[in-house]
Amino acid sequence: MIRFDNVSKSYPKQNRPALRDVSLDIEKGEFVFLVGSSGSGKSTFLRLILREERASTGLVHVLGKDLARLSNWKVPHMRRQLGTVFQDFRLLPNKTVAENVAFAQEVIGKPRGEIRKAVPQVLDLVGLGGKEGRMPGELSGGEQQRVAIARAFVNRPMLLIADEPTGNLDPQTSVGIMKLLDRINRTGTTVVMATHDQNIVDQMRKRVIELEQGRLVRDQARGVYGYQH
Amino acid sequence: MRAQFVLSEIGVGLRRNLTMTFAVIVSVALSLALFGGALLMSQQVNTMKDFWYDKVNVSIFLCNKNDATISRSCGKGAVTDQQKHQIEADLKKMDIVETVHHETAEQAYKLYKKQYGDTDIAATITPDQMQESFRVKLKDPEEYQVVASAFADRDGVQSVRDQRDILENLFSLMNGMRIAALCVMGLMLVIATMLIVNTVRVSAFSRRRETGIMRLVGASSFYIQMPFIMEAAFAGLLGSVVACGFLLLGRYFLIDNGLALAEKMQLVNFIGWDAVFTKLPLVLAIGLLMPAFAAFIALRKYLKV
Repeated sequence: MIRFDNVSKSYPKQNRPALRDVSLDIEKGEFVFLVGSSGSGKSTFLRLILREERASTGLVHVLGKDLARLSNWKVPHMRRQLGTVFQDFRLLPNKTVAENVAFAQEVIGKPRGEIRKAVPQVLDLVGLGGKEGRMPGELSGGEQQRVAIARAFVNRPMLLIADEPTGNLDPQTSVGIMKLLDRINRTGTTVVMATHDQNIVDQMRKRVIELEQGRLVRDQARGVYGYQH
Repeated sequence: MRAQFVLSEIGVGLRRNLTMTFAVIVSVALSLALFGGALLMSQQVNTMKDFWYDKVNVSIFLCNKNDATISRSCGKGAVTDQQKHQIEADLKKMDIVETVHHETAEQAYKLYKKQYGDTDIAATITPDQMQESFRVKLKDPEEYQVVASAFADRDGVQSVRDQRDILENLFSLMNGMRIAALCVMGLMLVIATMLIVNTVRVSAFSRRRETGIMRLVGASSFYIQMPFIMEAAFAGLLGSVVACGFLLLGRYFLIDNGLALAEKMQLVNFIGWDAVFTKLPLVLAIGLLMPAFAAFIALRKYLKV
């Protein structure tokens, strides 16, 4: 599903590389936590998977494709098989909940009948049935994140990338979001989640990948958060 | 791609950027109106050249009774019949001359009356004030000098005039106007392009949230860029429609009504409506494509895909 071979990434005008010689495999259907302090390279790791950046050296394979050799115009097709969720939800404030979710299907040209069927279905799945007509501003943070997850999942991606999805949420709400992500993972979708949330990682007991100053320092099955602040 | 979705995105984009859109429309309209005007002007010059060069050649004006007192070259009095015959015979002997037409003072007077009608100037003119003349059509209008040197100093000849000179002045004036219009057009086009680039930049910035999300869910770059390009093309199209309006109104008010040049300058054959209509598709096409292209270039710089 995801494979890093000796990947390094440096940004121009920065003397320290963001990632140094990272190698790992993530199999289909896995649930992986990505931990590490700020600036440890988590975001760069995720951006490489999304091909928002290209690796400076080494190979990144996602969904069986070598991203270095993927031409620019094919990137959108690759991203359609990926779902993304962010800390700041990234919803369109002037569209309703249903429109926000439908947007992900509209931009890839799904027929309208299919959209009309899929949107209520996925909103039910994330527990927002009956809130289709609300605006994002009227929803709580947890509900907004559920909308974002619904949007990420509506196209049934093979891989879900979550960048601190609970970062803006209180612990109780976070638990709800994690249950949701776990459920999505059980449908066979691979989930890679970057987080700072110690409780969640410790509770879930999933694979943990820890980065420190761009280096892979720990790759542990059924791991815990590991370090104290 | 669904048309309705794209169209609603365009509408939102244009409304959000109303002042800038308006500026784009106005500048595109002005530059294209000038462009069309320049095209029409050069066509007008060509029509007039075709028309006049065929008719007007060298005129040999003969002295009449009045000229004998005013004009130095007519010091020996009005032209005599014998002189006239001599001139005509000599003209006909020349190889470069194609036809010679003798215009009597009476004919000149009638033509003058016809051209200027009942105006005040025409009322003060009498037939004896008009000059008799030979209208000489040359095989090659460039050989005017030969005729001029042969006949200018003859007794009874008041002057030899290459009537192209008068027209050349007019044509060079019109040509100058056309070039001026093209220069202003070029400037306006630069302004329009910069406005479009800036509009797209602002538009891309204000919609970076949407485009960011579009990118994440895997929208193709074509899909993401389309609304911006369509926006620019739509504004450009509105501008070029306005420009077409300017051209049509321009012809209507300059030639037919308003200034009514067609009535005042009956000797000039003006370009017809068909000439205007044939320019409109070009104006519309440029108005549509130029902004779209400018937007496309601007997007490469300001919209990360």
